[in-house]
Amino acid sequence: MSDMPKRALVAGHADFAAGLVSAVEQITGQGEQLVPIQVNGLCGDEIQQLLRDSMMKHHVRIIFTDLQAGSCTMAARKVLREIEGGVLVAGTNLPMLLDFVLSSEPDVGVAATTAAERGRASVSVHGAPA
Amino acid sequence: MTLVLNRIDDRLIHGQVVVGWGQPLDVRFIVLVDDAVAASDWEQELYRMGVPPEMEIRFHSAAAAAPLLDDYRLESRAGILLTGDIGTMRALVEHGGVRDVNLGGIHHRAGRTQHLRYVFLTPEEERALRDLAAHGAVVTAQDVPSTRAVPLDELLATREPS
Repeated sequence: MSDMPKRALVAGHADFAAGLVSAVEQITGQGEQLVPIQVNGLCGDEIQQLLRDSMMKHHVRIIFTDLQAGSCTMAARKVLREIEGGVLVAGTNLPMLLDFVLSSEPDVGVAATTAAERGRASVSVHGAPA
Repeated sequence: MTLVLNRIDDRLIHGQVVVGWGQPLDVRFIVLVDDAVAASDWEQELYRMGVPPEMEIRFHSAAAAAPLLDDYRLESRAGILLTGDIGTMRALVEHGGVRDVNLGGIHHRAGRTQHLRYVFLTPEEERALRDLAAHGAVVTAQDVPSTRAVPLDELLATREPS
């Protein structure tokens, strides 16, 4: 078992988190910095409890989620009201997480914010009609 | 247009509601009926942040919502009536005018039995759903538009291993 410290939770619909963390691991070998959270079948209160428990267990205060309107995002917003310095990034994509796990920034909140900008800027469209 | 979906979903505003149903039905407003949310400014703000800017959310307690539903049905835009529990929807059905109910998500909790992947019910909740039907509402379970609407009798007869 690795002793790589955890830096953030990743949560979203279906296998979103596991898939992204798997991809991060394959590309960087740093996937263990991220804790994938799967919430199928859970009600909103249970999602909140799972996020809260996972943050305490792994000593993290950063949560990456998928949809702005998703149940994980809603639950994370509620949980982070109780946690000083907590950061939620919604709309997570792979370039964002790659930037986060490879960041040497000691402040994980700053690293998450920088990663969010990288993720936003990484979206491109090729071959769109003029 | 009118209220195009009357949904029970314990996650309230989330991806299936805003995107899964909201986009294909071109939903422009959500009537969220929940006593706790109606009394909480910060929860209302949280839910407002979760929807796209072109979608409006109106918050009511069950008692306040019931007499407003006829007006909402006269709106020119499409809307969703959304409650987080069966009891709140039952109050609205008993008030009149809610002819069909979409059971979109009642998730795992102690004392509930699993009927579908996204529907877990206590015996009291099963009886409450039968009450909805007894009041004339057509109750079906359907999490997203692409899945089959499961009739109430079939839903209650189904037991999935948890």
